[in-house]
Amino acid sequence: MLSLNNIEVVYDGVILVLRGVSVEVREGAITTILGANGAGKTTTLKAISGVLYSERGEITKGSIELAGQRLNGKRASDVTRLGIAQVFEGRRVFEHLTAEENLIAGGHIMPDIKSIRDGIDMVYTYFPRLRERRHQQSGYLSGGEQQMLAIGRALMSKPKVVLLDEPSLGLAPMLVEEIFAIVQRLVKQEKLTVLLVEQNATLALGIAEHGYVMENGRIVLEGDAEKLRSNSDIKEFYLGLNEVGARKSYRDVKHYRRRKRWLS
Amino acid sequence: MDFAFLLIGNGILIGLMYSLIALGFVLVYKATDAINFAQGEFVMLAALISGSVIVGAGLPFWVAVIVALAAMIAFSFALERVVLRPLLGRPIVAVIMATIGLAAILRGLGPFIFGSGTRSITLPVGDEPIEFGPFILQPVQLVGALVSLLFLGAFSWFFLKSRMGVAMRAVADNQQVASAMGINVERYFALAWAMAGIVAALGGIVWGSMLGVDVQVALVGLKVFPVVILGGLDSIPGAVVGGLIVGIVENLAAGYLDPVVGGGTKDFAPYVLMILALMFRPYGMFGKRKIERV
Repeated sequence: MLSLNNIEVVYDGVILVLRGVSVEVREGAITTILGANGAGKTTTLKAISGVLYSERGEITKGSIELAGQRLNGKRASDVTRLGIAQVFEGRRVFEHLTAEENLIAGGHIMPDIKSIRDGIDMVYTYFPRLRERRHQQSGYLSGGEQQMLAIGRALMSKPKVVLLDEPSLGLAPMLVEEIFAIVQRLVKQEKLTVLLVEQNATLALGIAEHGYVMENGRIVLEGDAEKLRSNSDIKEFYLGLNEVGARKSYRDVKHYRRRKRWLS
Repeated sequence: MDFAFLLIGNGILIGLMYSLIALGFVLVYKATDAINFAQGEFVMLAALISGSVIVGAGLPFWVAVIVALAAMIAFSFALERVVLRPLLGRPIVAVIMATIGLAAILRGLGPFIFGSGTRSITLPVGDEPIEFGPFILQPVQLVGALVSLLFLGAFSWFFLKSRMGVAMRAVADNQQVASAMGINVERYFALAWAMAGIVAALGGIVWGSMLGVDVQVALVGLKVFPVVILGGLDSIPGAVVGGLIVGIVENLAAGYLDPVVGGGTKDFAPYVLMILALMFRPYGMFGKRKIERV
């Protein structure tokens, strides 16, 4: 559905952020990109959505294609029209607008009022809590509600692919589970395709079909979520388990640091 | 007591006319975060244009309105394209300096192109004062105030209820995220400036017909600052209330303080209020506060 072929991203003309990243996002499923801070996960999403260009970033090599159509070089507002919606890291709701106005703004590209109303109804059925808060200024919503609003806002443009950037950031575990369950339902019922960027590997690999691991602007590992979960490097560095699969004790950490196998 | 009513009535009308000019300022700030120091010069330009259409070319009043509107829309579109768009993403000071420069250029070029003599344009209404209870109202000011109210209402509706208005507020809130919603940010910037141009055209005609058309009309723009600081830089209701306060305070100062101290308080009284507002309520009475969640 969405494929990145060997893309390279440079910021400010000199800083090489992504070096040859290839990702294949399958239709109607969740694909996840895992990695630590600064690995280049968010940059990958920004390269797809075209938001990159407003930050003086540039795709210097490779291509990004949505169902055969080239996306590189297109402005963010045009990429959205082609069917890609981004849910930003840290939620980034329009704080001074009410929840419902956020949704209206999210449906900006829809041709008529009726499709916006339908979109709002659809969002409210998946996130009933937003209906209660519809006339509240979104800057004062709770973190979980803001995350729901950010996802709902992205759905308003009826996207084919949703780019989800760290939806678990700063939220209570129970809320995270609730939101992830809704995302799974959206994928099943609305035939949505999701590219999920996460630091929380356990959660992400739990709902994804396929996963990638990024480090230093490169993809270092890829495979089916099932396979990744049993990979001993992933277990060690992302799931916090030791070889046997038991929870790791902090006492052992100092004794022996495992070397990452993918660093030649 | 009658004297006070007279001053207050006059202040309300003048205040609403200030609001109209402040509205142009607020529209631009709301959508683009840019502070337009040339708003007064916009108004002056519109007044000069309508003056030369009516007096210079001898055409009827309504032609002047259309020409001024068209010219100001074209002017602000061009301005946004040529001067302001390249400054996008630069520090806000760059835009401020650019508009200050623009103000000086307009004040110099205006008389150069349209002549420096004072021309008088008259609204097609009588000049017999209208008595309304204790108030005595000038028809020119009454028309000016009504035009202001009409446009203040129309733009409020636009921002609160229309999809374009919501999109424009989204742009003001976060340009990057707005563009990811498929909103063409640059087009909305151009639209905001065009709306400021429309408001300036109307302001130029009503102020021009009250003061006479020459470069001095630009000084009205200075009164915009106390208005928007009192009301809040990005609030349309704020522009109305701020305008009313400035208009009334100014008139009361002129009526009661000037005879005592020998004059001049009218001109600085609003600025005293502005400084007080900055000390106690820097975002104005209706301005949007920075949202902080804890």
